[in-house]
Amino acid sequence: MQALRQPRLLAQLILLLLLAAVPPVMTAIDEPFYTSLFTRIMIFAIAAASLDLILGYGGMVSFGHAAYIGVGAYTVGILSFYGVDNGFIQFPLAVLLSAVFAAVIGAICIRTSGVYFIMITLAFAQMLYFLGISLEEYGGDDGMPVYRSEFGGLLDLYDANHLYYLVFAVLAATLYFGHRLVNSRFGMVVRGMKSNSLRMRAVGYPVYWYRLTAYVISGTMCGVAGALFANWSEFVSPDIMHWVRSGDLIIMVIVGGMGTLFGPVLGATAFLLMEEYLPEILEGTAPGAGEHWHFVFGPILILIVLFAKGGIFGLFGGRERGDD
Amino acid sequence: MTEPVLAVEGLVKRFGGLTATDDLSLSVTAGEIHAVIGPNGAGKTTLIAQLSGDLAPDDGRIRFAGRDITGLRADERSHLGLARSFQITSIFPGFPALDNVALAVQAHAGHSFRFWSPARRDAGLREPAMAALDEVGLAARAGIVAANLSHGEQRQLEIAMALATKPSLLLLDEPMAGMGIDESARMIDLLRGLKGRHTIVLIEHDMDAVFALADRITVLVYGRAIATGTPAEIRANAEVRQAYLGDAHVG
Ligand SMILES: Nc1ncnc2c1ncn2[C@@H]1O[C@H](COP(=O)(O)OP(=O)(O)O)[C@@H](O)[C@H]1O
Ligand SMILES: [Mg+2]
Repeated sequence: MQALRQPRLLAQLILLLLLAAVPPVMTAIDEPFYTSLFTRIMIFAIAAASLDLILGYGGMVSFGHAAYIGVGAYTVGILSFYGVDNGFIQFPLAVLLSAVFAAVIGAICIRTSGVYFIMITLAFAQMLYFLGISLEEYGGDDGMPVYRSEFGGLLDLYDANHLYYLVFAVLAATLYFGHRLVNSRFGMVVRGMKSNSLRMRAVGYPVYWYRLTAYVISGTMCGVAGALFANWSEFVSPDIMHWVRSGDLIIMVIVGGMGTLFGPVLGATAFLLMEEYLPEILEGTAPGAGEHWHFVFGPILILIVLFAKGGIFGLFGGRERGDD
Repeated sequence: MTEPVLAVEGLVKRFGGLTATDDLSLSVTAGEIHAVIGPNGAGKTTLIAQLSGDLAPDDGRIRFAGRDITGLRADERSHLGLARSFQITSIFPGFPALDNVALAVQAHAGHSFRFWSPARRDAGLREPAMAALDEVGLAARAGIVAANLSHGEQRQLEIAMALATKPSLLLLDEPMAGMGIDESARMIDLLRGLKGRHTIVLIEHDMDAVFALADRITVLVYGRAIATGTPAEIRANAEVRQAYLGDAHVG
C-alpha cells in the first residue's frame, strides 16, 4: 500500500470516500440540501482542478476560464432549448465545442505571456460574456431555464443522488486523468515550460504547441464542468462567464494549493462553503453584518495564502516532489 | 575540402543604433573547438543567440549541416543538432538534476504528446540522462534538486543537458563564468574530454583555458571578427594584441 506512506495521497483517498458518502448520509438525516450543495462544490472542483493543470503546473494564469464553463453550459442549454435533451449528444458536443473555443482563443493567447496572457484571456472571456448577453433568443442577460440531460434511462438526473454521483464520477476521473497527465511525458513538458521555457526551446521543444495543447485540455475539462453546471442549476445565464467567476476559479486554485490537482478541490470546497455560510455566521454575531461578509471573506483568503504555504492542501504535509 | 559544419556569412544584428554583430563571417570545421573571444560587449552572446535561434539577425545567413537555418526556430535547430549553454545558467532549478537532463533527452525521443505513462519511470529517458550526467561527472548528484547544486555543478548540468540532445555542434557561452579555480579546472577537463568527439563553439574569457583548448580562435571586437587563426597565429597577431589581449597577457 503505497498510499499509506504518502500522507497527501491518503488524505485524498479519505476525502474522496467522504464525498462518496454524502448522499446516503444526507438522505438518512433528511438534509437533501447538502447533497445539492456538494454537487455544486464538486462541479467547481472539476473546473478548478482543470485550471490548475495550466495555472499550477504550467504557470499560465488564465483569467478567463469561466468562459469554458459558459460554453459547456450553453451547449446543454441551447440543445435543451431545441428539445435535444439526450446527454449522449449534449456532453460530447459540449466537449467538442469547448475544445474548439479553447483552440481558437488559445491560439491567440498562447503567443503572449505574463500580464499580457492574463489580460487577453480575460478579454476573450468578457467577449463571450457579452455574446451571451446578446443572445436574446436564449434569454439574454436573464438567461434561460434548462431541462436536465437524459441518458436513455441509465441515469435520472432529476434524482439528486444520480446527479451527485455523475458529478462525483467526473471529478474522480478528472483527478485520475490529471494525475496521469502531470506525470506523463506531456506533463513533464508542461512543468518544464513553467520552470524555464527558454531552456525548453533550446533543448528542442516547440513550446507553442505544447502550451496550446495544455490550454485546450484544460479548457475542455472546464467545459464538462459547465455542462454539469447547467444540469445542476437547470438554468444558464451569462453570469457564469462573468470575469468575477474566472477570478473565483483562480482563488480556488491558489487557496487550495497550486500544482496539486487535489488542492483546488479543497479550495473550491472552502470557497463555496464560506460563500454559503459566512453571511449567516456574521448575521449571528451582529444584525446586518451578514451583508458585509465580503469584508471577512477577503482577509480569510489572504490569510490562507500568506500562512498556509502551498494552500490548504499544503497543510497535509509531505509536499510531492516539487519542480519550481 | 569538406564543407564546414557551420558557416556564417555577413551576419548583422542591430539594437537601435548599436551594431552588436557587424557583417560577421565565420566557419567552423567538424571536430574543432572554435573559440570566440573578445572584450565585454563585443557581441559574443549576441552571436551565439543568433546561431541558436533565440535571436533573429537583421541580415546575413547561417548555414548548418549543409542547409540554411537562418529562418528556423531554436527548437527546430536543436533537432538538426545544435545545442547551446547560456552565459547565465539556464536550467530547471526546481527539478532534480536527473529530471533536467531527462527533459532534454525526451525532447529528442519522439513527440511528447504522450499523456499516460509516467515519464519518471521511463528507462528510455532515465538511462541516457544518467549517462549524460555521468559524462560531466554529476552521476552521484542525480537526485539533488538543481537549485541546490553548487554554481559549478549547475554549469556542468547545463553541459549535460546539451550533450543529452546528441548535438553535432555545441555552442558554449562562457561555461566557466563565475567559477572558482577548482571548478574551472574541472570544467576545462570536461571540455578537453569532449574535444575531438564534438564540434564546439566556445566563448570564454579565461585566456589560459582558451589557448589550452581551442583549435582555432576568432577575435570579436565591436561585433566584427578582426581575426581568425590558430592560437599561435592569434598570439602573434598585432591587431589582436592591440585591440584586446594586451601585451602583458600574451607574454
Ligand atoms: N537585447 C538587447 N537589447 C539591446 N542591446 C543589447 C541586447 N543584447 C545585447 N545588447 C548589447 O549588445 C552588445 C553586445 O552584447 P553581448 O553580445 O552580450 O556581448 P558579450 O557577450 O560579448 O559580452 C552590448 O553592447 C550589449 O549592451
Ligand atoms: Mg556574453
